[in-house]
Amino acid sequence: MSLLEIKDLHVKVENHEILKGIDLSVNAGEVHSIMGPNGSGKSTLAQVLARRETFVVTAGEVLYKGKDLLAMKPEEAACEGVFLAFQYPVEVPGISNAYFLRSAVNARRKYRGEEEMDAMDFIPYYKEKMKLLEMDERFMNRSVNEGFSGGEKKRNEIVQMAVLEPKLAILDETDSGLDIDALKIVAKGVNAMRSPDRAIVVVTHYQRLLNYVVPDFVHVLVDGRIVKSGGPELALELEDKGYAGVEGEAVRV
Amino acid sequence: MNTPANTIQDFTNREYKWGFITEVEEDRIPKGLNEDVIRLISQKKGEPQFMLEWRLKAYRHWAKLEQAEAEPKWANVHYEPINYQDIVYYSAPKQKPSLKNLDELDPEILRTYEKLGIPLEEQKRLAGVAVDAVFDSVSVATTFKEKLAEAGVIFCSFSEAVEKHPELVKKYLGSVVPYSDNFFAALNAAVFSDGSFVYVPKGVRCPMELSTYFRINAAETGQFERTLIIAEEGASVSYLEGCTAPIRDQNQLHAAVVELVALDNAQIKYSTVQNWYPGDKEGRGGIFNFVTKRGLCAGANSKISWTQVETGSAITWKYPSCILKGDNSVGEFYSVALTNNYQQADTGTKMIHMGRNTRSTVVAKGISAGHGQNTYRGMVKIQKSAVGARNYTQCDSLLIGDKCGAHTFPYIEVKNASARMEHEASTSKIGEDQMFYLRQRGLKTEDAVSMIVNGFCKRVFRELPMEFAVEAQKLLSVSLEGSVG
Repeated sequence: MSLLEIKDLHVKVENHEILKGIDLSVNAGEVHSIMGPNGSGKSTLAQVLARRETFVVTAGEVLYKGKDLLAMKPEEAACEGVFLAFQYPVEVPGISNAYFLRSAVNARRKYRGEEEMDAMDFIPYYKEKMKLLEMDERFMNRSVNEGFSGGEKKRNEIVQMAVLEPKLAILDETDSGLDIDALKIVAKGVNAMRSPDRAIVVVTHYQRLLNYVVPDFVHVLVDGRIVKSGGPELALELEDKGYAGVEGEAVRV
Repeated sequence: MNTPANTIQDFTNREYKWGFITEVEEDRIPKGLNEDVIRLISQKKGEPQFMLEWRLKAYRHWAKLEQAEAEPKWANVHYEPINYQDIVYYSAPKQKPSLKNLDELDPEILRTYEKLGIPLEEQKRLAGVAVDAVFDSVSVATTFKEKLAEAGVIFCSFSEAVEKHPELVKKYLGSVVPYSDNFFAALNAAVFSDGSFVYVPKGVRCPMELSTYFRINAAETGQFERTLIIAEEGASVSYLEGCTAPIRDQNQLHAAVVELVALDNAQIKYSTVQNWYPGDKEGRGGIFNFVTKRGLCAGANSKISWTQVETGSAITWKYPSCILKGDNSVGEFYSVALTNNYQQADTGTKMIHMGRNTRSTVVAKGISAGHGQNTYRGMVKIQKSAVGARNYTQCDSLLIGDKCGAHTFPYIEVKNASARMEHEASTSKIGEDQMFYLRQRGLKTEDAVSMIVNGFCKRVFRELPMEFAVEAQKLLSVSLEGSVG
């Protein structure tokens, strides 16, 4: 059984159909990349999987660990192991990263009926993950994303992912706004997370992140449909021909 | 008794855990207000003549105001007119005339405070906090009195202060809030029955936190207490008050007065966690909290700091203020006011700069949920004499849902060109994106709201004494229960 099984997913936002029938199956241990031009529905797909309620699913089905993902609230999906690295991470003034993240860890533990983690145990664990992403420890006590640069916010998302150890990690344009050094650090963090019991879905415009995080599968999303799927070579082909080129081919096939 | 009706009521009122009623025998006087009632209150308390005279003057002033319908109407709150003849002005639990120790206190009352989380038996108290417990119209117990006396600190009920330290009471009573100050201050001066009194002598740092816990219990009764805190030259004290009341369908009036006096180099920190019964989900019942609080920085380099967390009451009308008379004196006001359901709050501060180089800081955070209406009203006045005065005001509103309101009325009056004034204001709504972010990390809706709100209030919470900051955070989450989704 696949970890994630999307069947004929249709999604509307304000009466406008964004996803027009997505089929996708992702197994644990795999890294999938979803590529596509602006407005193709990549971010919508990522957010629907994380259960954002502003999107209306009009048809289709999503099974996650064999359960109906679309029936879950965002916090349930999160506690079941779905993680979304946000394209635009949100600020939470007055709440420190450490407190925020420990609350998130404990929400999961509570959900699983486990004992909560106290600060003494959490902090060393958190520091270790920050080190991996080369983030200064002082970020721990700063308010969540407040006053962070674009790159810091993205790195902070990956730190959160590393701490929360999801089963299904969805990265929504984590590479946008990163300089080359930050991109390498983020890639290092993501690669460290690759594991046989975890799936990672990387949503991106560009191939450049995929030079460092090499996907097992690449899917091309255009106008709400996956028009082509292939191996990592497809990303290179896209870089070469552009979406229009690949789309044209797909239509011919 | 656990009848189904009770269970339902418990359920709908589950946000307010302090709503129980204590069965005690009351010594209460008939409803209504006239000179005889004033005399009766004064007589019951065995007061000296000067107190009675002061009360009568206050009453006559109030009666004139009442006749002229001069009850203040400018606040942004709405309520049916109060019938002042329909209130009981004095109610006290029957007890022995003077208690030697807590064993003599009615066990029901002891249990009440235990239930409220304020055990009065000293050994059980948090180390370092002395408590004065005011039950309806009277103070029923004050802890750690002897230990404080060793340091020269007087901490007792107002009645005891009148009896044992009449010279101090005479000197300072009404010196900051005269009975003629406003309608409710006049009413309080006429009928106040008890409260707390603190005197910290020259050069003494009060060795522990002082606190008063106000409890309204009796029905149809008003609570009118008065607190007076005096910090002599170089003295310092931190004081905290908490308040709760039973759930009742009728509105109850609470009109208190607090006066603070800080002499040269003295510091007073006054914190409030106000949690009077706020009324039910439809806006029935709840306390009318009409309070006058003012501090006088009489001496040079003195400092008065107000911190308030206002989560209770149907209506809050309250402006803890500072008169910065001494040169280089400092006034601070940190406030969190939360209105949920049909609660209304009109609260803020006045900073009156008179001395040279006086400084004031105002940080007000208003949170509105449900149909709550939250108003910040603040005045910063720089008088001609206040050379080099500075004020910083920050005033933020947070809206939860789309049926509530936030309003801001800042008044600034500057008569000296050397003043430096800063005013920052913001209004924000808990956004869907913020909620989604927190929920995607695994937090339940209500935990997410409470986290955002606590973050919003952080600047104020860090001014509270440690243990109470934790309490205040919990209180905010409880008060917001059911406000989202």
